Amino acid sequence: MIRLEKRPSPSRFWAAATPVLAVIATMIAGGILFAALGKNPFEAIRTIFWDPLFHESFAAYSRPQLLVKAGPLILIAIGLSMGFRAGIWNIGAEGQYIMGAIFGAGAGLAFYPSESFLIFPLMVVAGAVGGWAWAMIPAVLKTKFGTNEILVSLMLVYVAENILASVSSGLLQNPDGMGFPGSRNFGQWPAAANTEIFVNSGMHWGVVTAFIVVIFAYVMLTRHILGFQIRLTGESPRAARFAGVNPTRLILICLGLSGALAGMAGLFEVSGPAGQISIDFGSGYGFTAIIVAFLGRLNPIGILLAGLLMALTYIGGELAQLMLGLPSAAIQLFQGMLLFFLLAMDVLSNYRIRIGKTEVA
Amino acid sequence: MKITTILTGAALALGLAGAAAAQDKLKVGFVYVGPVGDGGWTYEHDQGRLAVEEALGDKVETIYQESVPEGADSERVMTQMALSGAKLIFTTSFGYMDPTINVAAKFPDVKFEHATGYKRADNVSTYSARFYEGRAVQGHIAGKMTKTNKIGYIASFPIPEVIRGINSAYIHAKKVNPDVEFSIVWAYTWFDPAKEADAAKALIEQGADVILQHTDSTAPQAAAEQAGGVVTFGQASDMAEYAPFPRVSSIIDNWAPYYVARTQAVLDGTWESVDTWDGIPTGMVEIGEITDAVPADVKAEALAMIEAMRTGDYHPFTGPLKKQDGSDWLADGEVADDGTLAGMSFYVEGLTGDIPN
Repeated sequence: MIRLEKRPSPSRFWAAATPVLAVIATMIAGGILFAALGKNPFEAIRTIFWDPLFHESFAAYSRPQLLVKAGPLILIAIGLSMGFRAGIWNIGAEGQYIMGAIFGAGAGLAFYPSESFLIFPLMVVAGAVGGWAWAMIPAVLKTKFGTNEILVSLMLVYVAENILASVSSGLLQNPDGMGFPGSRNFGQWPAAANTEIFVNSGMHWGVVTAFIVVIFAYVMLTRHILGFQIRLTGESPRAARFAGVNPTRLILICLGLSGALAGMAGLFEVSGPAGQISIDFGSGYGFTAIIVAFLGRLNPIGILLAGLLMALTYIGGELAQLMLGLPSAAIQLFQGMLLFFLLAMDVLSNYRIRIGKTEVA
Repeated sequence: MKITTILTGAALALGLAGAAAAQDKLKVGFVYVGPVGDGGWTYEHDQGRLAVEEALGDKVETIYQESVPEGADSERVMTQMALSGAKLIFTTSFGYMDPTINVAAKFPDVKFEHATGYKRADNVSTYSARFYEGRAVQGHIAGKMTKTNKIGYIASFPIPEVIRGINSAYIHAKKVNPDVEFSIVWAYTWFDPAKEADAAKALIEQGADVILQHTDSTAPQAAAEQAGGVVTFGQASDMAEYAPFPRVSSIIDNWAPYYVARTQAVLDGTWESVDTWDGIPTGMVEIGEITDAVPADVKAEALAMIEAMRTGDYHPFTGPLKKQDGSDWLADGEVADDGTLAGMSFYVEGLTGDIPN
């Protein structure tokens, strides 16, 4: 007879060990899946986890790409994790990401073709403001009227997507684009381009910002009063109120912060890897970042690692499709398994497994 | 910084040389926007890939990647394909245009073929099909078959290719049925069965009894079948599983001959950057079987129109035609030039609503 016994507090050992176990379990289950599809499971697992880092002809290219892919995920996930810790659920980071890109790109394009060195910093600020403003809508509605921020922020994603479609074939459309939707390409406008700081390193300004934000978040959570208030509100909202935490202020700060970071991520993406505002600019980073935030246990260092791991499965998954002809659905299933196993393994950190007869209570 | 550039450049070159040496066969890559099983656009491109394997056998090896988002991700996918030793890469969606150009600049010895775009380079060709020829046939049948005089059109993105299709279908529906009205829904997706089904249902509820689609899934067909009495047309692929009704005909993109010819050209060393825009005459656009659900006289007229386009006697955009705002576009007997068609961003007279912007 196996039964679960709740731990008085989550085990620190298992909290650190479960992500590793989850990755191993994913490899085993994924291996069985790939074998069932008629592929060599060891080759498939090696292609996903090893080749992007060490393959002789790909690694030089895909290692920097890991940073490019992980940068926005980490940046958004850090912002989200602040709110999640305090029980403030911003599900609409994708919308804030899109609005940040639109605001930032718009601010830049208003000065086209200026070559001033102020253009790019201006765009970054505008991007942050755009994401912040979009997140303020659910924040203000929640604090003034008690609406549910999950629904409002999620629905605003679809509004943002439609605004994106509108500006790409209207306001921000490239006048030299022969009527095709999409803005000017920032890659061809040096003053506004988010270029790599070192060539072929993948380190563009967004990645650097993400790393800095990780450090700030870590310091804030462990040393700053705001971090204390966030943690306290998440653990015990009543106690937080007695301790003088102003819930309205905290909602505005958490949603605003996550919105501003998502907006900056959008701006760095549009001026760098994506290159232009286009109808299909939103590629789901805002949603994937939710997974990254939880995969990283809402801990800044954890999020950093989770973002890199997530990027690895994306890029490794692409290589597996390319080299082994695995269908893309199998790769998505594999990524889904990772999250599933991680959440399933959580049981180990919250519960103790007892083997033996149940004692009569 | 310079040294790192040189070093990585060298590393890239070495990697390439290594991959090339290990490779006797010509490796051909395909980048798809949807899943190969979409039953529409991507399915037909994949049929083209299989035809290349069939026709050239041992001389080629094909690789593909499906469901690749347009934008930054596609650039990485193409780069990885080139690094894996592919010497010819077909990028099969409009949104891959800038990424294709960027990657092509980094791999001058790899040939790229971009579908439906307008940017070329020494190692980038473009190719597309004159789908609007098929739309003319659809418009004719639709105009004859609608009883409510309302035709629903599920459009994808407001790009010239899609706008051309709407105009061509409308002109030919209007010609045989002056009372016809078009309702256009912009789905902003090439492939999203749920969204496409919703669009189809909304159009049917508004009274449309013919649904035309410029999206790739069979979901609108299923919605029409469920509603009953609604006519549809296969898009990009035959979608014959919905024949003889609601699917009464289809536009089929047949990329196979082009893909085989271009791959052969690389093998022969005769590949050059070209812009190809073929239609019914060369067989790149095919009209799927017109079923018996279409009255015999309408079917005969449609077949006659197809034949006239095949021989070059008829162009779907022949004047007199006016633009939506009432200004003159084509004089009597005048035929639209390819440049205007390629960048078409206006509706013809009679269409209601605005192109989104």
